[in-house]
Amino acid sequence: MAAIGVTCGLALFVTACGEAPDSDSGNESVATDFKACMVTDTGGVEDRSFNASAWQGMTAAAEQQPAIEVDVKESSSEADYETNLVGFINEGCNLIVAVGGLMSEALTTVAADYPDQRFAIVDAYLPDSPNVYSMEFNAAQSSFLAGYLAAGTTETDKVATYGGLNIPPVTIFMDGFAEGVEYYNEVNDADVAVLGWNHETQDGSFADNFEDTAKGKSLTENFVSQGADVIFPVAGKTGMGTPAVTQTEEGLSTIWVDLDGCESAPEYCEEFLTTSEKNIPDAVSSAIIAARDGGPMDGHSVGTLDNGGVSLSPLRDDIDDELAAEIEEVKAGIVSGEITIESTVQPTE
Amino acid sequence: MTDADKPGRAPDDDTLDDDLDDETQADEPEVQAADAEAKQIEEERRRGFGATFIGYVTTANTVMVTVYSFLLSMVIGGVLVIVSDPEVRGTFGYFFSRPTDALSASWEAVSGVYTGLFSGAILNFDTLDRYFADDATLAQVLAPLSETLTYSSALILAGLAVGLAFRAGLFNIGAQGQVIMGVVGAGVVGFALGLPLWLHLPLAILAGGVAGFLFGAVPGALKAWTGAHEVITSIMLNYVALYALGWILTSEFVRDPDKTHAISKEVADTATLPRLSEFELFTGLRVNLGILVAIAVAVGVWWLLSKSTLGYRMRAVGLNANASKTAGMSVSSTYITTMGLAGGLAGLAGAVTVLGIHPYALTHHVAGEIGFDGITVALLGRAKPGGIVAAGLLFGAMRAGASTMQSVIPLDMVTLLQALIVIFIAAPALVKAMLHLKVPTGGLATSTAKGW
Repeated sequence: MAAIGVTCGLALFVTACGEAPDSDSGNESVATDFKACMVTDTGGVEDRSFNASAWQGMTAAAEQQPAIEVDVKESSSEADYETNLVGFINEGCNLIVAVGGLMSEALTTVAADYPDQRFAIVDAYLPDSPNVYSMEFNAAQSSFLAGYLAAGTTETDKVATYGGLNIPPVTIFMDGFAEGVEYYNEVNDADVAVLGWNHETQDGSFADNFEDTAKGKSLTENFVSQGADVIFPVAGKTGMGTPAVTQTEEGLSTIWVDLDGCESAPEYCEEFLTTSEKNIPDAVSSAIIAARDGGPMDGHSVGTLDNGGVSLSPLRDDIDDELAAEIEEVKAGIVSGEITIESTVQPTE
Repeated sequence: MTDADKPGRAPDDDTLDDDLDDETQADEPEVQAADAEAKQIEEERRRGFGATFIGYVTTANTVMVTVYSFLLSMVIGGVLVIVSDPEVRGTFGYFFSRPTDALSASWEAVSGVYTGLFSGAILNFDTLDRYFADDATLAQVLAPLSETLTYSSALILAGLAVGLAFRAGLFNIGAQGQVIMGVVGAGVVGFALGLPLWLHLPLAILAGGVAGFLFGAVPGALKAWTGAHEVITSIMLNYVALYALGWILTSEFVRDPDKTHAISKEVADTATLPRLSEFELFTGLRVNLGILVAIAVAVGVWWLLSKSTLGYRMRAVGLNANASKTAGMSVSSTYITTMGLAGGLAGLAGAVTVLGIHPYALTHHVAGEIGFDGITVALLGRAKPGGIVAAGLLFGAMRAGASTMQSVIPLDMVTLLQALIVIFIAAPALVKAMLHLKVPTGGLATSTAKGW
């Protein structure tokens, strides 16, 4: 009874007097022949970070190739990983994409139970599973450029970075950043200091989570009071606290990570010098298309500056051309192998 | 016979069974009352089964309120499905020119959700058809049930943790923290020791229980000695546990050096709960020994509450702490043991999680929301072990079904359904008013905990 009441209320509310559309205005439904399915980690598909960008890759593949159908299941806890993976197998998915290294264990077991099923994983490498395609990203390379840019932009000779957790997928950014600053010092005989990360001791400032924006704010305020004017947060939503602080004062800026900040957080676009991007969407969509074309079931891709898997997004307008040109040179140096990045957490091909 | 001699029949709050017991076993001075009861029963018999049944289902008694709460939340959930789906909402834009579109779209959306729930939690008819066509294995047919039981085991234990405290008049909102501590205890024993299976597994489970016991006893002790309210202290201790886990994960001893993520070493094979999939017939099923542990523990809690002296004391303190004190019971020691035991049960929930489910290791999110779901399970189960097992199975089914429901609606819907159920159960007067139910003899059963 309640249902009927509410339904009627609803019908009236949306002015239910419109014209009915022609019933046979055919939706052009193309026959799909390949189903790609994605399982998120506990962050969910709306995390503005890597689950979101993987989903972007899924939908991009479906747009490029209308015969591809995509679907997603979110996990509310780690206990859901296996359920969701197996659930998708039962739903007849041709390729199942697991997002996040924390799913490695569950995926290893499921992949062994279903050796004929194709899988892919983002941010992990499972060499022992012959039916899993692994995608990793060498974010140290793009962050090296970000560090160089930060060192070239700072007025106070102090830049800072902090992470969500002290784990390799995070510290790879911080390592690259710190080494980029060092390289700038070497080349330009400068003395820019990095606060918040020491890549030799592998220790620094961490928010201990990826959700607490207030914590990101207080870390940033700390760095600002110590004199830093360019901040590089590697902490998901926590990092949103940084542009919130840098916009309050002239001369402070932020470098963003993962997804181009001007798209994922357009309200702060002016605060972002650039973004150290991990091109998850392209990796995911090309993995799907390759799988549909009957490519090998296993495989391992590492995104680099060379193959466009990691990159710097367009620099902010006020950065002078000379510095931009230098960054291009550094990039070429990394690609050619002239400049080597030391970080030990880089994925190897 | 004095009341103290029959602990099984302490003045109980709300079960029908107890009422019946009282009626049939009436003592001498109550003969007249018994006569009246007998007359009533006789009258009911004359009214026939049908009428009695209708009388029962139109009364706001505990069982029916629970059933109606579930059904009402399904109905409201259905309405929300319709409202939240843009395509279905679109068809309401021209409701009066062609209502069939709106109605069929709504029906499809709502039935899609609930069939999804059913096929993910109990039985998928497609798989059954394929099984008869020799296209699916028996394991695939049983997979939904296996999922339900897997989720249920931890939920039942967490529900018992909250329910046991309810019976002593305590609101154990700290189950989440106790689950985390149980996970840590069981996990550390699981990966740090090298022992044979028969010793390692029980020891790891026990370690989870002990860790939960110690952590759970803290709010009990604070209440007993300082009067600090257990709701406040146990909520705060949840944060302590969560951040302690974060800190533990960074230590050299716990952290897995070969992994790139914040994850501990893996629990040794000798300490994991054996899975059903170890039999070849059941490959792929992840249901494990945990569900048997949960049910055995539920039986133990039932025994504790209804047959043991300690359980009698707990319930007495829960019903009236002052009277219990006058009767010579130690209220403070009852608080401490109850909270400790509740914590121990939550710790077991943590143990079956870390020893039974991937990744068999400590991570930041390993405990999920088990402890908080335990509160809901205990409320739905009316703090009775049998009810908690049933409620745990129901919520386990909803969690398992959530995976298949997701092709139609967002995951949050399941959480929302659970929340609606609790709202209705906590407010029986609302259910009674909405469905025009009769008030049962003895009034509406409302709050379960007296700690407020």
